[in-house]
Amino acid sequence: MEKLIEEFSLGLFFWQSLLFIGLVLLLRKFAWKPILDTVNDREEGIKNALAAAEEAKKEMQNVTADSEKLLKEARAEREAMLKEAREIKEKMIADSKEQAKLEGDKMLKQAQAAIESEKKAAVADIKSQVANLSVDIAEKVIKEQLSNKDKQLKLVEDMLGDIKLN
Amino acid sequence: MRKTFLITLLFATSLFVSNNAFASEKEAEEGADGKDLKTEIKEYIDHHLLDSHDFSLFSIEQENGEKKHIGFPLPVILWDNGLKVFSSSKFHHGETVAEVDGNYYKLYHSKIYKTDAAGTINYDDKHHATNEKPLDLSITKGVVMIFITCLLMFWLFSSLAKSYAKNGSIPKGIGRFFEPIVLYIRDDIAISNIGEKRYKKYMPFLLTVFFFIWFLNMFGLTPLGVNVTGNIAVTAALAIITFLLTNLTGTKDYWKHLFDPLGDSMPWLGKLPLYIILIPIEILGIFIKPFSLLIRLYANMQAGHIVVMSLIGLMFIFKSWIGSPLSFGLAFAISLIEILVALLQAYIFTMLSALYFGFASEEHDHAEAH
Repeated sequence: MEKLIEEFSLGLFFWQSLLFIGLVLLLRKFAWKPILDTVNDREEGIKNALAAAEEAKKEMQNVTADSEKLLKEARAEREAMLKEAREIKEKMIADSKEQAKLEGDKMLKQAQAAIESEKKAAVADIKSQVANLSVDIAEKVIKEQLSNKDKQLKLVEDMLGDIKLN
Repeated sequence: MRKTFLITLLFATSLFVSNNAFASEKEAEEGADGKDLKTEIKEYIDHHLLDSHDFSLFSIEQENGEKKHIGFPLPVILWDNGLKVFSSSKFHHGETVAEVDGNYYKLYHSKIYKTDAAGTINYDDKHHATNEKPLDLSITKGVVMIFITCLLMFWLFSSLAKSYAKNGSIPKGIGRFFEPIVLYIRDDIAISNIGEKRYKKYMPFLLTVFFFIWFLNMFGLTPLGVNVTGNIAVTAALAIITFLLTNLTGTKDYWKHLFDPLGDSMPWLGKLPLYIILIPIEILGIFIKPFSLLIRLYANMQAGHIVVMSLIGLMFIFKSWIGSPLSFGLAFAISLIEILVALLQAYIFTMLSALYFGFASEEHDHAEAH
């Protein structure tokens, strides 16, 4: 202990205290504070970046899930629309076929009716013409008979032969 | 290791010179002052361990028996009825009396004493000098080393701080080595001992004291071999700062713990007789903690220097083909251990300071734990 006190140098103590305290104050301002601040900022930055990355990953997952869902929905909708369209088409085709058939049938019947009536009219016409012709023939025959007895007879005979041929 | 070689060279040179000077071996063992080798080595070590007023690198004994000192003088600053500044070369390494403004000063055992023109030193019965000692604020070898360390640290760490701005917060070069140490001190010394909340205000001191002690310890191992951290005045100054910081930043809980260590766990009547013993112990503890710091650092560094230098000295005492290489090997091994000790002592001082700061800044009631 006595040796320690003997060895103790006040001058060295004074300079050591002065220089050391000065060093602490200077380094605090020019070194430790900027160094620790930078290190803290960097650690904070890394922490934030990691959190942001995690967040982005989650967001990404959400977005993917959303788009998947949308895609599915869209696909389903398309499917439904296609099905509907097909149904409509088939129905339309069936409808038009039926209508066409009906129309055709109707037209056919009309045509048949028209033909029938034409035929009847034609037959009636023929009948009336035959009647007229008969009357004319009869007239002519009568006229001939009136002019020439033999000829009238022959004519009747010819005409009768004609009728027979008919 | 260069230290070992240089001092070996140093001893070898001086022995070679003295061997040349004196013919017989017996005479060779006795130096110019009639001292034998062992005493000379002991004195050399003692002198080395102390601070000195000039920066001597080594000394050579010349043929005429005079010692030639290689080195440079340092300014001496005295307060003796007024400021006196002169060069330490006036002392001629303690061999002559320095005369300044009509006063005479003499260097004796690395201390400056006021004396008369003849340089008489009076002794008491224990062979202690009784001469008047002026207030000595000289720039000694130790102060120079402290100053160099301060400059080095300032340059090193302020350039590290600046380099962050340049390199986008990423350390470069030597910063890659020092930044992890700074982080280690922050995370494993400061935060783990003081706590997340209050560690920040102690950081400048803890960081500075760690690097300061480490660097000075390492300087002590260089061939310059300046024993600064092994000087009681230096360690005392550091420990006193720890002591002041601990007690000036102490919280209410710290002082309550000090004067009421048992807390509410006992009635006052029971506590009183215990406190007659406990409180003085607690108060003594405040002083013992920093005192242990200063003694631990001082003794470790002092012991390291003594051991290394003694082992080197042994080489010249043995002077044989077996003894000398053996002590050289030992000196080499101890020097390696000293490099570890240099770091370890810096760590321990910082660690314990942080621990004491942790005690001082505790805020929760601690009574139950005792």
